[in-house]
Amino acid sequence: MGRRDRMSGNEAVANAIRQVNPDVMPAFPITPSTEIPQMVSTFIANGKMDTEFIPVESEHSSMSAALGAEAAGARALTATSSAGLAYMWEELLLAASNRQPLVLALVNRTLSGPLNINADHTDGMGARDTGWIQIYAETNQEAYDNFIQAYPIAENPAVHLPVMICQDGFITSHAVQNIEIEDDEAVKKFVGEREVEEYLLNPGKPISVGPYSVVGYCMEARKAQEVAMENAKDVIIDVAKKFKKEFGRGFELFEEYKTEDADYIMLIMGSAAGTAKQAVDDLRAKGMKVGVLKLRVFRPFPAEEIAKALSKAKAVAIMDRCESYNGHGGPLGMEVMAGLYRAKADVMAVDYIYGLSGRDFTVDNVYDIFAELEDAVKSGKAPAQCQYIGLRTKEGK
Amino acid sequence: MSKTLEIRWHGRGGQGAKTAALLLADVAFSTGAYVQGFPEYGPERMGAPITAYNRISDEDIRVHSNIYTPDLVVVVDETLLHSVDVTAGLKEDGAILINTPSSVEEITPMLKGYKGKVYTIDACKISIETLGKNFPNTPMLAAVVAITKVMDREPFIANMQESYEHKFAKKPEVIEGNMKALTTAYDAAAAMM
Repeated sequence: MGRRDRMSGNEAVANAIRQVNPDVMPAFPITPSTEIPQMVSTFIANGKMDTEFIPVESEHSSMSAALGAEAAGARALTATSSAGLAYMWEELLLAASNRQPLVLALVNRTLSGPLNINADHTDGMGARDTGWIQIYAETNQEAYDNFIQAYPIAENPAVHLPVMICQDGFITSHAVQNIEIEDDEAVKKFVGEREVEEYLLNPGKPISVGPYSVVGYCMEARKAQEVAMENAKDVIIDVAKKFKKEFGRGFELFEEYKTEDADYIMLIMGSAAGTAKQAVDDLRAKGMKVGVLKLRVFRPFPAEEIAKALSKAKAVAIMDRCESYNGHGGPLGMEVMAGLYRAKADVMAVDYIYGLSGRDFTVDNVYDIFAELEDAVKSGKAPAQCQYIGLRTKEGK
Repeated sequence: MSKTLEIRWHGRGGQGAKTAALLLADVAFSTGAYVQGFPEYGPERMGAPITAYNRISDEDIRVHSNIYTPDLVVVVDETLLHSVDVTAGLKEDGAILINTPSSVEEITPMLKGYKGKVYTIDACKISIETLGKNFPNTPMLAAVVAITKVMDREPFIANMQESYEHKFAKKPEVIEGNMKALTTAYDAAAAMM
């Protein structure tokens, strides 16, 4: 039986790490993820876990060290945010292409400039094409639950890919909220031990990791990564089902909140999904048929499943907490719309940009967006794409 | 939704408004409630205005935005009344609690015509008398608990005693002062109700 507790999202992830007790954690501090290595190193100092903590001099090194530890056969992880993730860029691709199933606790924060420490998905979206699995959380609870599921997904022989467990900086990472913390033993049993088939420190079976790949092999290696990412979808679903059976919580690729009969659906990722759900309840009480599709898994991208889930709606708002500066739409909007097009789903889809660099996203914002969708369907005139939500006017409002 | 109590704290960096908000979340949590306690981060520095928030409810709290129409506003530093619109969005049937040596009559003209309940407490004086230092957040926490009634006096005092014994395990000499600050402030606030 789990226990009722209250803690911040960072504390929740630190506790999941303590329970999993991986072998190696190299880390370098950066706001708002700093608390995670700080709390883990405290757990280690207090004898609550025996992970080898390596204080490194940069994120380039933290990811390199994690990668090296994984190649040696250990279970490794690190944590970072924002510019820290950007500084790992080269190693992110190496972790994926070397098929090292390590885990990164990402506390989403914007990237400069202007210099800002608050939440948006610029960091995670920037790494969307690095070959990592990405799972996003609405709450501290989901950040905790997702971390527990990370190694069983990553280390599955059909996958063997690194996993990023993402939560919104400050909004969940620093907010204290209720949570169910499971028993240490139950978590350890769920995660199990890493079964390494091949590793560097095995003199009986020498291998190379990360050698030069000639033209005759490189594209095949990329294809193998792509197949692994496709395989990951079923593995993520399977692990989520097992988690739900064991602990009674969670979602698979996404959560469908009151979408069954919804005319208007908001597709959203991260902490703002909770705000959207509250707005949905309020609007339903007034008779408006609205729902929320909360995307949990961004990589692999469940394009077909999303298109199917949205296909019966009259209009859909796709919420991007990130710019793509293509004059065309945010990363989430582009991928969802491509999926709708391929599925020949005749749904009015409108991309919105919200919450950049911590701009607050409110229940009122959600009311306004649903009202705009309803007006658009009634008038037959689609709203402008990529409107910025909550942007201040010249008058400063 | 109306069952959710929403509180907005205004303080200055270093005064412990964020810590007080997190402690209040702890107190409410221990009564079985659903809680949220979170700060709003700007360029953090000592003395800069900061905001922190609490939601307390008997239902799961899903909203992750700041609070715009609070039931209670807590002002930890009265000099903020000159620079921050502390009553913005504050419900007319709500209340504001201000750390000040002034009386309610003296402070009310500073509140832009706010018509709800106004409470004052001299948290700095209580802190200096009981702790020897100006840590207004401890008395302010106790006053908020007294006003919101999230917990009764006796369990609150017992709860905080236990919390301090844990928190100050290595400097037990400060526990008595903190407990005195809490009970003095609680009783002063309860007397205003």
